[in-house]
Amino acid sequence: MAGVKERAVLVLEDGTVYHGYAFGARGKTVGEVVFNTAQTGYQEIMTDPSYHGQIVVMTYPHQGNYGVNVYDMQSNRPWVRGFVAKEFSRVASNPRAQQTIGEFMEFYGVVGIEGIDTRALVRKIREGGVLKGTIAHASLFGAPDHAFTQEELEALRREAQAWTDIDGRDMTPEVSTPLPYAWPTLKSGRRIVVMDFGIKHAIVENLAALGFEVIVVPGKTPAHQIMALEPHGLLISNGPGDPTMPRYAHETIWKLMGLLPTFGICLGHQLLALAAGGRTFKMKFGHRGANHPVKNLQTGKIEITSQNHGYAVDIDSLKDFRPTHVNLNDGTLEGMAHARYPVFSVQYHPEAAPGPHDALYLFRRFLEEVEAFHGATGLPVEKQRADQHGI
Amino acid sequence: MPPRRDLKKILIIGSGPITIGQAAEFDYSGTQAVKALRGAGYRVVLVNSNPATIMTDPELAERTYIEPLDLEHLEGILAREAPDALLPTLGGQTGLNLAMALHEEGILQKYGVELIGAKAEAIRKGEDREAFQEAMQRIGLEVPRGQLVGSVEEGLHFAREVGFPVVVRPSFTLGGTGGGIAHDEAELVEVLSRGLTLSPVHTALVEESVLGWKEFELEVMRDHADTVVIITSIENVDPMGVHTGDSITVAPAQTLSDVEYQRMRDAAKAIIREIGVETGGSNIQFAVDPKTGRQVVIEMNPRVSRSSALASKATGFPIAKIAALLAVGYRLDELPNDITRKTPASFEPTIDYVVVKIPRFAFEKFRPLRNTLGELKDELTTQMKSVGEVMAIGRTFKEALMKALRGLERDVRALAGVRTEELEKKLYPNPDRVYAVMELLRRGMPVEELYQATRIDPWFLHQMKEVVEAEEWLKTHPPKDREDWRFYKGLGLTDRRIGELVGKGEKEVRAERKALGVVPVYKTVDTCAAEFEAYTPYHYSTYELEDEVWPSQKPKVVILGSGPIRIGQGVEFDYATVHAVWALKEAGYETIMVNSNPETVSTDYDTADRLYFEPLTLEDVLNIVEHEKPIGVIATLGGQTPLKLAKGLEEAGVRLLGTPFSAIHQAEDREAFHALCQRLGIPQPEGRVAQSPEEALRLAPEVGFPLLVRPSYVLGGRAMQVVRDEGELKRYLEEVYAPLEERPSILLDRFLEGAVELDVDALSDGQEVMVAGIMEHVERAGVHSGDSATLLPPVHVPEEALKKVRDYTRRLALALGVRGLLNVQYAVVGEEVYVLEANPRASRTVPFVSKAIGVPLAKLAALIAVGKTLKELGVRDLDPVPPYYAAKEVVIPWIKFPGVIPELGPEMRSTGESMGIDQDPYLAYYKAELGAGQRLPLSGRVRFIGEGLEDLKALYQEAGFALTEGEDYDLLISLVPDPELRRAVERGLPFITTREGAWWSLKAILRARESGLRVQSLQDWHQKAPRG
Repeated sequence: MAGVKERAVLVLEDGTVYHGYAFGARGKTVGEVVFNTAQTGYQEIMTDPSYHGQIVVMTYPHQGNYGVNVYDMQSNRPWVRGFVAKEFSRVASNPRAQQTIGEFMEFYGVVGIEGIDTRALVRKIREGGVLKGTIAHASLFGAPDHAFTQEELEALRREAQAWTDIDGRDMTPEVSTPLPYAWPTLKSGRRIVVMDFGIKHAIVENLAALGFEVIVVPGKTPAHQIMALEPHGLLISNGPGDPTMPRYAHETIWKLMGLLPTFGICLGHQLLALAAGGRTFKMKFGHRGANHPVKNLQTGKIEITSQNHGYAVDIDSLKDFRPTHVNLNDGTLEGMAHARYPVFSVQYHPEAAPGPHDALYLFRRFLEEVEAFHGATGLPVEKQRADQHGI
Repeated sequence: MPPRRDLKKILIIGSGPITIGQAAEFDYSGTQAVKALRGAGYRVVLVNSNPATIMTDPELAERTYIEPLDLEHLEGILAREAPDALLPTLGGQTGLNLAMALHEEGILQKYGVELIGAKAEAIRKGEDREAFQEAMQRIGLEVPRGQLVGSVEEGLHFAREVGFPVVVRPSFTLGGTGGGIAHDEAELVEVLSRGLTLSPVHTALVEESVLGWKEFELEVMRDHADTVVIITSIENVDPMGVHTGDSITVAPAQTLSDVEYQRMRDAAKAIIREIGVETGGSNIQFAVDPKTGRQVVIEMNPRVSRSSALASKATGFPIAKIAALLAVGYRLDELPNDITRKTPASFEPTIDYVVVKIPRFAFEKFRPLRNTLGELKDELTTQMKSVGEVMAIGRTFKEALMKALRGLERDVRALAGVRTEELEKKLYPNPDRVYAVMELLRRGMPVEELYQATRIDPWFLHQMKEVVEAEEWLKTHPPKDREDWRFYKGLGLTDRRIGELVGKGEKEVRAERKALGVVPVYKTVDTCAAEFEAYTPYHYSTYELEDEVWPSQKPKVVILGSGPIRIGQGVEFDYATVHAVWALKEAGYETIMVNSNPETVSTDYDTADRLYFEPLTLEDVLNIVEHEKPIGVIATLGGQTPLKLAKGLEEAGVRLLGTPFSAIHQAEDREAFHALCQRLGIPQPEGRVAQSPEEALRLAPEVGFPLLVRPSYVLGGRAMQVVRDEGELKRYLEEVYAPLEERPSILLDRFLEGAVELDVDALSDGQEVMVAGIMEHVERAGVHSGDSATLLPPVHVPEEALKKVRDYTRRLALALGVRGLLNVQYAVVGEEVYVLEANPRASRTVPFVSKAIGVPLAKLAALIAVGKTLKELGVRDLDPVPPYYAAKEVVIPWIKFPGVIPELGPEMRSTGESMGIDQDPYLAYYKAELGAGQRLPLSGRVRFIGEGLEDLKALYQEAGFALTEGEDYDLLISLVPDPELRRAVERGLPFITTREGAWWSLKAILRARESGLRVQSLQDWHQKAPRG
């Protein structure tokens, strides 16, 4: 410690205050405070659009050790509203590193705080559920070693309380691509349309690696426009926010149900369930990490999975779908498949990034479903179904 | 699937005497496995030659065999017990090799015993380097280029092809024994020829060097349904080239991105599947090129290992226990995670703290005073040399590192007085390197330069630099508020260190800190980074906000463990502290264990009601005592480490349970003890204390030669010597005493020629004294008592003398006010008995005596400490003497120290021990020798080296042995430190270095010829013993 460290606070809406030190972009930020238990992968987490609106607390104490690079970005910028760690590394030690985490956060305006008892904070969230909070740096108020007054802290608390809830909000317009685009691939195989609700690059990369041609369209794209692209399959992406809010998506997905082999991931899984008449609920503190055991009910095998969701599908509300995967920690639904159509989805992240690769087989399964669908039934059947749905 | 019901009885093989590369971690894993399998309803038979272990406690397994770990005895046990299965993966390399040998000899098939956990084919593929490399190629993983060679010529040929340096790894040896790095052809010839000799199959792998690359390990588990989980990653701070057992290591890995870590994880999954480890744990090592990130696979251990013990303690995931249950057919998702209770074991632990392990070395023990083949270097290589390790948990790497360093019981500024040029010379891999690096950082050496010199990843160097910079800042900016205090304390700085920096005393700093309410908080090791509620009482301290650990209202006892294992303070003390925990738990106390050694049973969170994984320093222990408010602290069972804290604890007002500090002091203080012996009429050998070499020379004639001379407070017999005349004394004072920095006073004692030494363990409640065991030393005075073979009861001591021994012991125990264990050493000349020293604490012979007489002494001692009497504890026989003999032999890791000639002396060097029991004392000795790896030949050729051995030669010839002067001997007897002894070590041939050893061995050989091999369980032996 060469010199005075700038102090900072994280104030929760319930008035709890954590004193720490400023890191990243200087200033102030407000968001829903959630925690992630992955020991690696901070860059992927920061740039995952599903974290839009959230301040992420990393449970592993050291963040930034191996720096940041262009290859591990999951979108073109960080989405977290704030980043919290016990300690951020001042140096980046890895041959792939191009920047330190501090430089990265400053460049993209991510406000951070370090030096707080992150474990106490996590225990609080675990017991009481997610809360909104404000991170503020001392330099907003005075000198770097400024001692926050009760009034200042109370104002920060109120700011947290007043912040819009994620609940009851459709965040799609903020994270989805405004215009359709084709993912650059060398091959031109079967065409997959991706409905973008805040997609991670790793999902598209996995599709491209299997030889798919990928077209990413805004989440709001209606069914007939999607069908006009003549896709062989549909992927419904991950994304932030309350899955009950984008009602247009429920409708689109309902219309497309059965027309195309469909794969839903995370928010996509929730949207599929809702489109089919199922229910979702907000979890106390969600699943965010890279170590959740999931049992594949079809094979009996256990996968260690990467997870990031605050809402879940009520396993008892499934209509037309049957459960295919369950979480072994809490029994929540992790995957489902349609009873008649080649439509399936998982709540977790088979593309990992960050996390284990145990579930990559799902992308191959999607490929097989696409091949089987088009190989066996051909276009006429497809057309027939389209007519039935009036598209 | 339910566990396998076709199996009823399972045999577990232990790892034998503690040695370098196989220490207490296998007592921990074996003990866990025995408990788990018995809990699942299986009958367990255990075999291990090492009595100093918890696993060999007669209460633990159904049948316990303390027998030599060789094919003959194992076959005897299989014949007698007829187990259904053998679990080979918990007894280290020894257990695995033995299981493989039993398989290959067809012995398992003969008795219908199934190998569970790992099949022979998987073990072979994991252990045989060529098979392993082929397997890696099949699954497309890179390994360093290498070739298996059977001759030095082949090795040279390959090395010329890939270029030097190359690494030599002999096949099937323990802890990399015989391996090494060769920088040129001459070195390769030396290393490779030794490696080929040591390999049981006489092959070795010569490999492309990945020296200086980053080293990582993954601990992997798999069940029979093919679920694979990674328990933790470990990163070695010391790069490739230093054995992982000798490296400072960190969990989890710090410098791998998710992309790189997942690539490694994918590789680990592919490896465990390809090798075919069906169930259980494996350790897989990787090297990563720091420049390119290229990953290569180094090796795998298809068994529970030292690293898995560390991983268990680092994460809270009990690998050995789970491995044992998987072996009998459980699946990971059927087993609960003990810590959360609600979630299954089929997950990957995630932690919210940092774990640092630092090895502890004993080079000073192997620095021969004279007669060496060459200078013993302290360079660390791919051959493991450390004898123990300390682990620390902190919320940051800095905190964990500083806690681990103080857990080593060495001043973190040990090298403060060394000149910079000298420090720069200590940057090669050696035990002092971390101290040198930190000291050079203090003196401003840039991280980049240190990286170039050490190849320690810059991230770690920067972390150390941050500690050093904070220390510098602290000098001018003393902490002003709680945030400041927490910041500095959170870096792992002790009160003493802060005091040094701000010019205050430790006590003053502590008082100031506490006045502001800055005390450590305790966090829980929970496998899940607080995502789920944890029920496991496994804690560590840090300086943050929230304390999760609430003391209960029950009466509590704190038991202080013994810290890292070292020579002279081994697993015996862990045994004693664990027994204390068990006894006090049974008696209704809440037990609180404090220890810093990850290898041991004491630091299993299953052992005590609460475990604080903390350094054993006064500051850390006082913090816990103030937090828990126990009725008292037991400091007398864990060896010197906790005993050294006794004074400070008592001064701070902490109640010491059992023997009071005054007794410890009276026994340790030479003058006080002398006065006591005079008062009690107990003879001591004539002795004087000199304050200077000149005075020593003046006083020597008053005592009379030969003299036993030693500095007053150097422990473990270091620098002790027998001198026969003034010339020898002068030489001692110049060569041994003069280099000692602190100039302690010099003790001169009359050396009793021809005396038999006795070791006595006694137990006193303040009124009555149980003389639990009297042991005769085979080797005479002059050999450290810890290195001598011993027999219980004595064989060559007249009853008159034994009566005096019992009487003196009782008088000493009562006069000192001992409430607990007392160890006394005597010298007996004819019927005359002289007391040499008394130590009112658990000695290293406590487990041996307990197992020999069938009475759990340490348990009784703990109960006496909380006020029970021997009568209340049901002890009736105050002088138990078993109707059979128990022998103890020691194991000394000569093989790990190239160039050192074996020689017993006043310096203790043994790391472990074996036990043999028989009706006949010499057969008991024979078995103990076998158990220690000394296979005495029943016939053949003996080579004698040295003068005056005619009597011995005649005896051996009479017994039918041929004498030889050549290298074709089956047994080497040399009473002088001849280089041939070194060759015997390297050839794995039995050798004897003392006259008494030669005599006992011959008697043992004669009896062994007459008698066939017999095995008998400890439980059966104890049926014959009088109940204490």
